[in-house]
Amino acid sequence: MHVHFLDPYQDRPSLLHRLDARVKLLAALAFILTTSLTPPGIWAVYLLLLAGVVAAELLSDIPLGYYQKRALLALPFILAALPLPFTVSGTPLWTVSLGAWSLTASQEGVVRLLSIAFKSWISLQAAVVLVSTTAFPDLLMALRALRLPRLLVAIIGLMWRYLFVMVDEALRLMRARTARSGESAQAGLRPGGSVLWRARVAGGMAGSLFLRSIERSDRIYMAMLARGYDGEVRSSSTPRVPGREWLILTLFLFLLGALLALSLLLRAS
Amino acid sequence: MSQPSVEIVDLHYAYPDGHSALSAVHLHLHPGEKVALVGPNGAGKSTLLLHLNGILSHQTGELRICGLDVNAKNLGRVRALVGLVFQSPDDQLFSPTVFDDVAFGPIYQGLKPAQVDERVHAALSQVHMEEYARRVSHHLSVGEKKRIALATVLAMQPEVLALDEPSAGLDPRARRTLIHLLSEMPQTMLVATHDLPMVRELFTRTVVMDQGRVVADGPTAQILRDAALLEAHGLEMP
Repeated sequence: MHVHFLDPYQDRPSLLHRLDARVKLLAALAFILTTSLTPPGIWAVYLLLLAGVVAAELLSDIPLGYYQKRALLALPFILAALPLPFTVSGTPLWTVSLGAWSLTASQEGVVRLLSIAFKSWISLQAAVVLVSTTAFPDLLMALRALRLPRLLVAIIGLMWRYLFVMVDEALRLMRARTARSGESAQAGLRPGGSVLWRARVAGGMAGSLFLRSIERSDRIYMAMLARGYDGEVRSSSTPRVPGREWLILTLFLFLLGALLALSLLLRAS
Repeated sequence: MSQPSVEIVDLHYAYPDGHSALSAVHLHLHPGEKVALVGPNGAGKSTLLLHLNGILSHQTGELRICGLDVNAKNLGRVRALVGLVFQSPDDQLFSPTVFDDVAFGPIYQGLKPAQVDERVHAALSQVHMEEYARRVSHHLSVGEKKRIALATVLAMQPEVLALDEPSAGLDPRARRTLIHLLSEMPQTMLVATHDLPMVRELFTRTVVMDQGRVVADGPTAQILRDAALLEAHGLEMP
């Protein structure tokens, strides 16, 4: 039994999938940077950015619903911005009183909150487009090409490789527990045990998973040493990005710059 | 004839990705019958064992354990009736000490502490590991772990033992000990294995599976003599 749900990559023959990973990585990073730099409350530009990311989603040949499900991950981050309406000073909108305390929401604060919510939603979609259309090894290659330290890239790569193994391991432990979670034929016994006992069992399982992961990492390291690993991460050279794709990237970055300029203009006016 | 311990009628199962793992499996085990389940890797042996205790739920067909339908309502009872031992004892043993692991099933069933103690000691003595109760399962040898894994289900006093490759990875002495243990046990047994010499010694009936189907089911002596059948399904005459 294996876990597939973790891997967000969706293999399709779309235009976006064929684009070089380095181009996609740079474009996604630039897009997210532009989105976060756009000042609060410039809705017209937000809509243009949303249109951009939705266009990419359509191009990727993956259903829009899939992206929206994954983008729900943005929700917890929005929670962190919830106090903003009450902490940013400005035109008062309404007041909530809790006994001796009273909180006043300001219009500026609400605009700030909505902007953050909208922006994190768009940014997350861009990230999901990137990882859904780029196979992980290609993404690692792109990170190396962007001069991220090799050791860091190697660590991310190993983490990804063994994450699945660990999840499988955890699933097998849980399956073994389920297999022995039975009910006695004796009448009047309540199955399940106490909450405290169940927590102790779960703790024991987490502990064994941890121990096994450490042991496995030792074995992997020995296997690496056995094949000549000397602490230096080497990688095969990467192919050049085709000129046409550089052009696409340049145009895209130019467009993002224009959007950013537009948002600053709109804000000044 | 008494009620069969395991009753499987026309069982089909496909993995979520659509790959078919079991098709049209029929199998009846009578109480106390010891049956070997052999076949190449990926034949569906483990998948079938996982069905016996409802870890995987059958999509079509019928599956009854001691007359109980394996369905959501009966899962608790079925899991107590079928002792499923996984191939890797590291999966089976998830608690810090041997005692905790063997006690899991009885405690889960809600037995009194005194009864739990009694069950654990009985199960450990059945596998001749009584003095191991306080040991940390993590540090045991594979042979010891395999015996503890068996004890974890014996403590639940199951009617049926479903074992996945019990002799794999054991040294000859540990394997011999295991064969003795299994021959002493009165439970109905369905044992998936590649160890044909053990099959010949221990099981009167053998079921051959390949590509999710039961391709042969009969007396062990007869099946292990059929070189053509064994070879066609990736096995060798012992």
